Amino acid sequence: MMDWLDVATQGILLGGVYALFALGLSLVFGIMRLVNLAHGDLIVLAAYFVLFTSSMAGLPLGVATALAIAAMFVLGYLLQRFVLERVLGDEIMPPLLVTFGLSVIVQNALLLTFGADSRRLQAGAFETGSVSLAPALKVGLAPLTTLVAAVIVIALLQLLFYKTSIGRAFRATADNPEIAQLMGINQRRIFAIAVGISLAVSVVAAVSLGVRANFDPSIGPARLLYAFEAVIIGGLGSLWGTLAGGMVVGIAQTIGARINPEWQILAGHLAFLAVLMIKPRGLFPGAGHDAR
Amino acid sequence: MMANRSMLELKGISKAFGAIVVASDIDLTLSRGEALGVIGPNGAGKSTLFNLITGMLRPDRGRIILEGEDITQMPPEARCRAGLGRSFQIPLPFTHLTVFENLSVAALFGAQVSEAEAVQLCGEILSLTGLETKANVLAGSLPLLDRKRLELARALATRPRILLLDEIAGGLTDAECHLLVETIREIRKGGVAIIWIEHVVHALLAVVDGLIALDFGKIATQGAPADVMRSKEVQAIYMGVPA
Repeated sequence: MMDWLDVATQGILLGGVYALFALGLSLVFGIMRLVNLAHGDLIVLAAYFVLFTSSMAGLPLGVATALAIAAMFVLGYLLQRFVLERVLGDEIMPPLLVTFGLSVIVQNALLLTFGADSRRLQAGAFETGSVSLAPALKVGLAPLTTLVAAVIVIALLQLLFYKTSIGRAFRATADNPEIAQLMGINQRRIFAIAVGISLAVSVVAAVSLGVRANFDPSIGPARLLYAFEAVIIGGLGSLWGTLAGGMVVGIAQTIGARINPEWQILAGHLAFLAVLMIKPRGLFPGAGHDAR
Repeated sequence: MMANRSMLELKGISKAFGAIVVASDIDLTLSRGEALGVIGPNGAGKSTLFNLITGMLRPDRGRIILEGEDITQMPPEARCRAGLGRSFQIPLPFTHLTVFENLSVAALFGAQVSEAEAVQLCGEILSLTGLETKANVLAGSLPLLDRKRLELARALATRPRILLLDEIAGGLTDAECHLLVETIREIRKGGVAIIWIEHVVHALLAVVDGLIALDFGKIATQGAPADVMRSKEVQAIYMGVPA
């Protein structure tokens, strides 16, 4: 009995990680129908940014994270204005090709700069600390924080979408970009801010990744796969759905691993396939602010 | 010269998609506070004219001048802020936003008023258009009549100086149509100039000062409403009588 509770808990916590990875993806897809194939690599880039400013330049992890959030926001804004904006349009292939190219460029630039060695962010006792939720149920402090961070990020994004004027502009643009322009909304600016926020959120994913596990320049695409599964299981464009989707993958992987460690990855993909077969539009289609 | 009094001028506007000419050498002047009606058969290029004026389409040739300023190259959002508001023939609300949010987006980004002013402005428009009780309803769940009201309301929330109305009377009962005419007269009192595309001619004639008949992307005839309705061009377009 306690064992299943433990499996569920570990699965949900793992889901928090996948959700954090998927949030930025879900955000830009929801608002601008952009599938960013470089998202995983941009998360790894953010992890190296934090590694460089904290472990190498000596800033505290919190300061380094804040700095990275600002830097990645600016990077996202500029990326949209100077690169992605030129290829976004009615055709689906150009943005896919460009973000795929970007993925290759980021990976190789990181390889060239930092080498292929595995790295890790230093967070002291936090890395290995744990708390007891029940007499026989201990959870790691880092995974728990990751899940809490995912929930906080989603709650903040929802506040942004529903309580601010810029959020209303995001939702109007997601709903009908042409009409939004006719209502005075500058679409180029809105899209650039959306990509900026997406990359700012990716920093939170990067730090939670870097504290818990080793990373090297090549891990982005594999992580991106789970993130895509989380987004699609949850229903395209729904942020809470993305969190639920991450948990489905996380729980499936944990159950798979309990049965046989070799089955962990496969079990996640099988759960994904099962959801697609039963509910092709995801668990919460249209539940999000920006589902069309 | 009338130029200093004109709100909006189209000079030699032409647009074609391949071999299909949707606007051919259109000249049009809208004076301050004027209400202009546009009639013509389906496919005559009436909505295209609005797409060209609002910037959803760029003309192949010609210039568009708004209060002395050439706006031919201006993007749609800038034209909206400059005072061009538009409603659509087929209502296109932001379906996942509430009625109030639909208006507030238009007020905040189109009229560029503060959050507090937007609340007041939207409140006034909601009551003018009879949508007060629907303020917090998702626009996607509104019935057709309310969606049409919302089209007008959202265009008004951008605080236009020129309002482009695209067939908003179609499908209304006589009583509703009468109410609509009253509302549009009310809007005109605020000094807003109007271009109104409409098939419901009696509603149109109750409001407009001038009339334009479009056919095959060209202005077939224009002038005082009664003259245009009697003209042989309009007779030819609607009755099939050769001009």
